[in-house]
Amino acid sequence: MPFSTLTDIQAKLSAGETTAVQVAQTYLDRIAQYNDDLNAFVHIDPEHVLAQAEASDAYRAKHDARPLEGLPIAVKDIFCTQHGPTQCCSNILKGFEAPYDAHVITRLREAGAVLVGKTNMDEFAMGSSNETSAFGGCKNPWNTDCIPGGSSGGSAAAVAAALTPAALGTDTGGSIRQPASLTGIVGLKPTYGRVSRRGIIAFASSLDQAGPMTRTVKDAALLTSIMAGHDAGDATSVADAPSFDWLKACEAKDMKGLRIGKPKEYFIDGMNEEVRAQVEAALQKCQELGAEIVDISLPHTEYAVAAYYVIAPSEASTNLSRYDAVRFGHRCDNPEDLEDMYARSRDEGFGSEVKRRILTGTFALSSGYYDAYYLKAQQVRTLISQDFKAAFEQVDIIATPTSPVPAFKSGEKTDDPLTMYLSDIFTIAVNLAGLPGLSQPCGFAQDLPVGLQWIAPAWQEDKILAAASAYERATDWHTKTASAFAGKGGES
Amino acid sequence: MDIDVKKIANLSRIRLTDDEAKALAPQLSNIVGYIDKLSEVNTNGVAPTAHPHDVAMPQRADVVTNTDRRDALQQPAPHTESGLYVVPKVIE
Amino acid sequence: MSWEVVIGLEVHCQINTKTKAFCGCSTEFGAEPNAQTCPVCLGMPGQLPVLNDEAARKTILTGLAINANINLESKFDRKNYFYPDLPKGYQISQFAVPIVEGGYIDIPTPNGEKRIGITRIHMEEDAGKSMHEGLDAVSHIDLNRSGIPLMEIVSEPDMRSADEAVAYLKQLHQIIKFLGVSDADMEKGQFRCDANISVRRKGEPFGTRTEMKNMNSFRFIKQAIEFEALRQIEILEDGGEVKQESRLWDSVKNESRSMRSKEEAHDYRYFPEPDLPPLRITQEEVDAIRAGMPELPNQMRKRFETEFGLSAYDADVLTQTQSLAQWYEALVAAHPANPKQCANWLANELLGRLKEQGKDITESPVSAKALASLLDKIADNTISGKIAKDVLDAMMESGKDADTIIEEKGLKQVSDTGVIDAMIQEVLDANPEQVEAYKGGQERLFGFFVGQVMKASKGKANPALVNQRLKKYLG
Repeated sequence: MPFSTLTDIQAKLSAGETTAVQVAQTYLDRIAQYNDDLNAFVHIDPEHVLAQAEASDAYRAKHDARPLEGLPIAVKDIFCTQHGPTQCCSNILKGFEAPYDAHVITRLREAGAVLVGKTNMDEFAMGSSNETSAFGGCKNPWNTDCIPGGSSGGSAAAVAAALTPAALGTDTGGSIRQPASLTGIVGLKPTYGRVSRRGIIAFASSLDQAGPMTRTVKDAALLTSIMAGHDAGDATSVADAPSFDWLKACEAKDMKGLRIGKPKEYFIDGMNEEVRAQVEAALQKCQELGAEIVDISLPHTEYAVAAYYVIAPSEASTNLSRYDAVRFGHRCDNPEDLEDMYARSRDEGFGSEVKRRILTGTFALSSGYYDAYYLKAQQVRTLISQDFKAAFEQVDIIATPTSPVPAFKSGEKTDDPLTMYLSDIFTIAVNLAGLPGLSQPCGFAQDLPVGLQWIAPAWQEDKILAAASAYERATDWHTKTASAFAGKGGES
Repeated sequence: MDIDVKKIANLSRIRLTDDEAKALAPQLSNIVGYIDKLSEVNTNGVAPTAHPHDVAMPQRADVVTNTDRRDALQQPAPHTESGLYVVPKVIE
Repeated sequence: MSWEVVIGLEVHCQINTKTKAFCGCSTEFGAEPNAQTCPVCLGMPGQLPVLNDEAARKTILTGLAINANINLESKFDRKNYFYPDLPKGYQISQFAVPIVEGGYIDIPTPNGEKRIGITRIHMEEDAGKSMHEGLDAVSHIDLNRSGIPLMEIVSEPDMRSADEAVAYLKQLHQIIKFLGVSDADMEKGQFRCDANISVRRKGEPFGTRTEMKNMNSFRFIKQAIEFEALRQIEILEDGGEVKQESRLWDSVKNESRSMRSKEEAHDYRYFPEPDLPPLRITQEEVDAIRAGMPELPNQMRKRFETEFGLSAYDADVLTQTQSLAQWYEALVAAHPANPKQCANWLANELLGRLKEQGKDITESPVSAKALASLLDKIADNTISGKIAKDVLDAMMESGKDADTIIEEKGLKQVSDTGVIDAMIQEVLDANPEQVEAYKGGQERLFGFFVGQVMKASKGKANPALVNQRLKKYLG
């Protein structure tokens, strides 16, 4: 069971072969067994999980099953939930209990999902390895010396080690796709505006999107179909977004007639050769399935990381101003006066990476620097978007490696922030352009998973789902499991 | 580039000890140095992006929808008194 | 080489929408502390703003009323600073592209009308309230006000005296009340004014300006501007330099003092608000708003002059508020023969009496119809104007109408020629020496006879008729 997909569990529940309580118990047992090793979950309330499962079974007994009835979904610590703490893995929110649920959480609850705990993440989603978490790092199930990626590291590890069949993540510069790639699972970042951001702790407002992390493409489609939709409480969530049947989009069996763009800027020197080889092999597979690979160029790619590291910290620096110890959050002991309260509470509450980014952002927006940095970066962002638009006139979809390297060892990149920032080099431009992107497993490099990234034009997640489903059907990477966590009956 | 770390930290209301400021200064310099790469790009006549997609401002009617939830909303507050938030005074 | 003061004014005016700018909380004044807050206006994690349509509409209406341009696309920006009454640590405002730009108000001055330019009006959210009074080492924060929509109305530095500044503010205040976009109660902080003040020798470029805050009445504004102009002139005449800073007006001590200003504290780091898309309106929507605009004060003033033949002064008095103007129009509708008489009775007799009682026109115990019928009684000679004043007093006290009071008190004017002739005859018979004296050339005695007849009739004789008949008798 544990390595089952949501779709399989759903079938078993419908057929009466199992109950939501049994399913929940299976995963609670695995969490109890393995979480200490992995530190994927930073909060778990088994009683609450079982209570939800019981309620789901009771509901199923009297009504038609809702779309996610009884399915366990783990929640990244960035989604506000009324039950349990929401801490963004930061000391500044230690013990914070939100008096509201995020809009997405409400949608999942109303669809009958069983929400499981809070998963580990980089503090305030600022990181690519889960190492900035105030609650300790998270381990990659494929090699526990290695990081799982970030910032949705906990969600990725939890799904990869089958502590949950699916999890929620958020993606600002790659934080769903990169950890999915490093842990061999599927991660989807929808088009910006597809999913409501209300109740999700804001990092970079014009870049953040919530999305699913799952074992298969179809599971990702299932979850997104419930998460997506206009929310009147989020002015950036789109009404009348172009829609389609999410599950039907996953029925594609081949790629006949699909023109796949292969951007030369994403197959560069300095990337891990094995990673390159795996992705090249994946593209070959796509050709065998009937796709045409077209060489394209996204000329401003090399500036994406720089633009991102102005825009994201700038927005974050102001989004984090509300953590001022007045209405919620950590307050230092015995503040001498107001300024002391601000300065010390924020110093004590924020970790170093968060401080670095707040300072970078404040600097970029400050008087005299705005034009050279913030304004410039937003102009470069426009050029990056235009690169994609031009490319999509020649091709239907773009394929790239998700990460230039497989999972690296913990501590390997923590000395130099810049080195860490460059891990996002292949995912970042997608956020800047607001496009949808998905990572799926496509092989291994040094026994560590390698991810293939799909990028489509805005609102065309169906193209991604079709291509990724066809690839998944023709391969078995998604069935591989980390042996250390296979445990009892650890088959897929 | 030499960044006045203490000044930026003050603007951000984050206390930094001298040691912390010393450690951060080169890191911030490096980051900003990398970001300076952007100056290589010709952006003449390019409009800045503020929102990734052209979205219309949603309409919200002027009708009261919220009720008094003060107690629940003040649960997470560090210090309240008779429904007011309490903070140390600003020293003028 | 005379000095000239240069004044620009920034007004923050609360828009009287039912809900806040970015959330569905009520904006009613006087609620329990923090009873009108929600996760959005408390700036809690993950919360997002959604604009109140009505706030935008009212801002556009105000822009149209001051002859400004409406930007069909305008944008929101974040203005960053830390203060406990600013929950998000930034205020959502409009910096780069405000919704209203360019406009003017004409103000009355001793030298005729003067046009004061308005640079812009933008929308933003109000902050909460910090209370420090009587508290030792702490402040108390009430966030009910946090998020209430404001219009910030910025004038050009076109004013050259404290009086001009006050005239501008009074006009602006009146326009806003006529539009119904704000209650603009200065005591409740719904209409707040900051002044940018500098001085220069006539003909020279603008001097360094200071910003004066905390003036919450027109009187204090005048005092503060005059004080500050003098303060700056003294400094400059002593050879010093005026420091650019914010100052607080102390209305008790009648002086201003410098606010602690840190240069860095004013780096607001404005940048486009990512949580709100641009606000777009169509020309059709703007035209529809314009079509719904009520009559503005200066339009009404001019109409009262032409339609009712009133003087500029009287027209101004009667159009101070919409309720007063409406009251006057109701009065004229009920007593159409003499609008000037209506104006006189309303402005001088009724308003004067109401003021003594501390009431305004909306609290008048005498209705427009009732006053009209009193005026009818003068017009048809039932009573004299003098007696009518007594009747008005009685109407105000008793709430009874004119007819009833005239009946009850037997105040009907005597206009019967026969009766008057008889009284005249009696008076003349009783005062033969004065008759002789009058006939001998002392014409002033005419008034004496009139007075005697009025006295004999206990004031009820029709004075005009008395005059007329007396003339006949005396020749």
